[in-house]
Amino acid sequence: MSSVLQLQRQFIDYTTSLHNEGYLDNQFTELQKLQDESNPDFVTEVVSMYFEDSDKLLNNLTTALQQRNVDYKQVDAHAHQFKGSSSSIGAKRVTNVCAHFKGFCEAKNLDGCLRCLQQVKQEYIFFRNKLEALFRLEQQILQAGGSVPMVE
Amino acid sequence: MSFIHLIGFVLKVGHFILMLCCSMSCLITSVEMKLNQSGKLWVKFVEIFTKYSSMINVHNYQHIGSRKLRKTWLKKLLILWIAFGTIVCLWIFWYLRSQALEKRKETLGNMCDERARMLQDQFNVSMNHVQAMSILISTFHHGKNPSAIDQETFAKYTERTAFERPLTSGVAYAVRVLHSEREQFEKQQGWTIKKMPLIKKDKYNPEELEPSPIQPEYAPVIFAQETVAHVISLDMFTGKEDRENVLRARALGKGVLTAPLDLVKSNRLGVILTFAVYNRDLPSNATQGERIKATDGYLGGVYDIRSLVEKLLQQLASKQTIYVNVYDTTNISNPISMYGTNVPDTGLEHVSPLNFGDPSRKHEMRCRFTQVPPWQILAISTSFGIFVITMLVGHIFHATVNRIAKVEDDYHEMSVLKKHAEDADLAKSQFLATVSHEIRTPMNGVLGMLDMLMDTVLDVTQQDYVRTAQASGKALVSLINAVLDQAKIESGKLELEAVHFELRAILDDVLSLFSGKSQEKGIELAAYVSDKVPETLIGDPGRFRQIITNLMGNSIKFTEKGHIFVTVHLQEEVMDTIDVESESSSKDTLSGLPVADRNRSWEVFRPMGQNAGPSESITLIISVEDTGVGIPLDAQNRIFTPFMQVGPSISRIHGGTGIGLSISKCLVNLMNGEIGFSSVPNIGSTFTFTAVFLNPNGQQVNGQSKSNSQFCNMLAVIVDQRPIRAEVSRYHIQPLGMHVKIVPSLTGMRSLLTKGSQTVHVVLVEEDIWDQDLSKSSAFVYKLRNLDHQVPPKLFLLTNSIGGPRQCNGFSSPPVITKPLRVNMLAGSLQRAMGGYKDNARNGEIPNLSKLLIGRKILVVDDNNVNLRVAAGALKKYGAEVTCADSGKKAISLLEPPHAFDACFMDIQMPEMDGFQATKMIRKTEHTINNRIQNGDLLLQDYAYISKWHVPILAMTADVIQATHEQCLRSGMDGYVSKPFEANQLYQEVSRFFL
Repeated sequence: MSSVLQLQRQFIDYTTSLHNEGYLDNQFTELQKLQDESNPDFVTEVVSMYFEDSDKLLNNLTTALQQRNVDYKQVDAHAHQFKGSSSSIGAKRVTNVCAHFKGFCEAKNLDGCLRCLQQVKQEYIFFRNKLEALFRLEQQILQAGGSVPMVE
Repeated sequence: MSFIHLIGFVLKVGHFILMLCCSMSCLITSVEMKLNQSGKLWVKFVEIFTKYSSMINVHNYQHIGSRKLRKTWLKKLLILWIAFGTIVCLWIFWYLRSQALEKRKETLGNMCDERARMLQDQFNVSMNHVQAMSILISTFHHGKNPSAIDQETFAKYTERTAFERPLTSGVAYAVRVLHSEREQFEKQQGWTIKKMPLIKKDKYNPEELEPSPIQPEYAPVIFAQETVAHVISLDMFTGKEDRENVLRARALGKGVLTAPLDLVKSNRLGVILTFAVYNRDLPSNATQGERIKATDGYLGGVYDIRSLVEKLLQQLASKQTIYVNVYDTTNISNPISMYGTNVPDTGLEHVSPLNFGDPSRKHEMRCRFTQVPPWQILAISTSFGIFVITMLVGHIFHATVNRIAKVEDDYHEMSVLKKHAEDADLAKSQFLATVSHEIRTPMNGVLGMLDMLMDTVLDVTQQDYVRTAQASGKALVSLINAVLDQAKIESGKLELEAVHFELRAILDDVLSLFSGKSQEKGIELAAYVSDKVPETLIGDPGRFRQIITNLMGNSIKFTEKGHIFVTVHLQEEVMDTIDVESESSSKDTLSGLPVADRNRSWEVFRPMGQNAGPSESITLIISVEDTGVGIPLDAQNRIFTPFMQVGPSISRIHGGTGIGLSISKCLVNLMNGEIGFSSVPNIGSTFTFTAVFLNPNGQQVNGQSKSNSQFCNMLAVIVDQRPIRAEVSRYHIQPLGMHVKIVPSLTGMRSLLTKGSQTVHVVLVEEDIWDQDLSKSSAFVYKLRNLDHQVPPKLFLLTNSIGGPRQCNGFSSPPVITKPLRVNMLAGSLQRAMGGYKDNARNGEIPNLSKLLIGRKILVVDDNNVNLRVAAGALKKYGAEVTCADSGKKAISLLEPPHAFDACFMDIQMPEMDGFQATKMIRKTEHTINNRIQNGDLLLQDYAYISKWHVPILAMTADVIQATHEQCLRSGMDGYVSKPFEANQLYQEVSRFFL
């Protein structure tokens, strides 16, 4: 029982730290709120969908920027998509970098775009790792028979 | 007589001209005088004048050159007038002169006639006497034998009767002697009959006279008056004149006159009157022969005309004024002067005929004034005067014409300048509009970047810098927006939209906006909307909100204590003034502080009937009342002028540009309303405006229809001593579905609780009542807890400011609801507090949303899978049935009627076809189908019996810039929600369609 409590505290601390460090924002909390008995795996479902999409998008972005004649419109569309889904998930830092990315796209600044791509990849990987850790924690709690606490 | 007439006439003419002159000179002199007098009057005059001339001007404006035409015409008129005046004065001169001449002539005639008559009378008298003497001689000389008369007797008699013959210098009698009797006669008399001497001999010596030559008969003088005694013995037949005279007298039997002749001896000019003496009394019709036969002798009288006339004239007054000449005009071609001197011609002459009783002789008197006629002073001065007046009037006319022309020219110049100024102003506005728009775009970029900068890892100082920059940027954007609005309004580009909106929600929003500030300052902020105002209205919510925000922003800026109170009524309601608010006395206000009289702020508004629009339009009257510093009286008339503030220090203390009120006024005007205010310094200001909106239902909906089931039929009691405040609280609580009771004090509340049969669920106590007597309050709390009822009522405090936790006599203070009250906030607070009653709600809003969305079929369109999934999840959470589409095209095909969707959430930025295009397409399809259904081309039953297809489409966007919003509405969307969903906003938007 104590381990559950400990896990739950750990979970709360971790989530709070994620929020404080700017990896997550309220939108993620909102997502968690949407999950209920009728829709028990909502968050996991959405997040895994996000990861799939994001991998695809990052690939697309990389290829698009490697072209000789970069189609900024295309890049911008990808970046926008990435920004939209990130913001829906609540991946705050990814969203912010995407916004920068879009700015560089509008300015047709290839260097900036490439820099941003690197940044986005980095942020995305960070986010993915953090989130996966969070889910692992959640699983542990569930396995220990506890319930996942809500973090406001 | 005529002279008086003339004077009268001249006076009349003069008067008329003077009047004319006065009325015109008034115009000019007043101009000149007022110039000196005071500039204000002069300006006024010029205004009137300008108006007059502008009237002419407007009239003639089309015809270029008509002004010139008029000018020459006026010049002609002027010349005509001067010519007319000159002619008039010449005529008057002539008239007066002729009158004077006439008069002079008349005077002369009168004098002359008088003299002639007198002369004639006296002559006749003398003649008569001479005739009487002839009879005397006939009787006493020839009738008696021997004669009773001798020379001595005759001389004596004639001498003594000379007074009877004033005009004769002497009389003599010559007897008729035939040649046969000559010798005897000469012997008898003792002298020979002598011949008359030649006239104009210097000396007269009887001794040298020759005897008369032999003639058939003689007429020697036998008797003579002493004065003419020298003619005795002279034969009258020998003098040429005398002979003719004698012959004529004998033949006619009347007195006859000689032509003027030089008298013997005296050599003076004289006339001799001769009467024949007959030996018997002849009948009047006796023939000449008989008369000659009967002749005995001849009696002659000598008239010395000169002395006679002089004697006569001396008897008359004013003999010096005229010259008198007497002429014998028997021979008209050569009149013989009998009296008078030859004097220089003085022009005027009057001739009076003289009749001395001899028909064969004609005489006349000619009179002349001794002096030439004097200068016609009267005529000259009168005509000169009139001439001067004419010239004066002409001058005035000329001056007036010149003045008018000058004013007209000035007016033209002014109007040209005015047009330039207006053009410049318009250009300025357009420039401002363009520039501010251009500034806004990069500013949004700056703000966005700052936002993102805030989200990066920053230290405290950096965060402070960024926050400051962000705040400044926001202030700048709002300022630019204001300027843009002003410019748009000035260049007439601002158009209002007409969309459904909820007035109450907007008011709540605005209250929330200012709640922070009001709580900081401890000011009570409240809104009240009359029940008669419909739930939804059609109009421009953004602009409406802008006006309210402006007014409230001002109020909150200048209010340090008291309250700010927004009320919304129907105009007809207020005009009736049977309302809780309007019957309130000045003491009965929200915060108890006095306020400016609200009624005065709209007393200048048009009366109701005048702004009657279409029947479904309703006019709202909105007042914002505060207890601030008020507006100084001298600044009150310019507060609606752009960029005008009460004083320069205001912007330094309170900030602002001074265009808020001016924009508000323009916006109100665009809404067919009016804005007014009344303000008392140090008491407060009340701004009131009216605005016309459309009522979508055409009928009024009671606000209570939207009741929250959770609180239905609960009883809330408000403890408040101020009726208005209680009424406002009631207004906010009632929409929740609660019954509301108002009691003025805690004591009243307690008695209500003890004897009340109803269960009281909520008690709301105003803070000031609570703080009045804390011991009483704690007792009350105690009482509440130990009530016989199963569930004690929930107690809340209504407060204006955020204070620390309250403690009173051991009891912790009841939960506090901070004003301003808003329906949502109130519902949330109550729910939180009453969690025990209902356990289904984790979030206050969810029940509402669930209620709205449950069972609704909603289409969500987004190209981003994650977003789609999240949005769908969120909507499903509220019980909606969600269908997903990942492109605009799919959405179009899904939304082609007939379909079963209740609403559609559409992402804006999508590849291939963005949300705007998709929406436009959908609306187009709907429109075509609606038309065809209406025309009967399509059967109604195929379209689920819906004749008007219009699926609500809400945009989902992360971009909440106003411009995007406008674009949403333009492309046919019904609203927009931010992405990711925000429950409150989602509720607000969705509630517009699903209520």
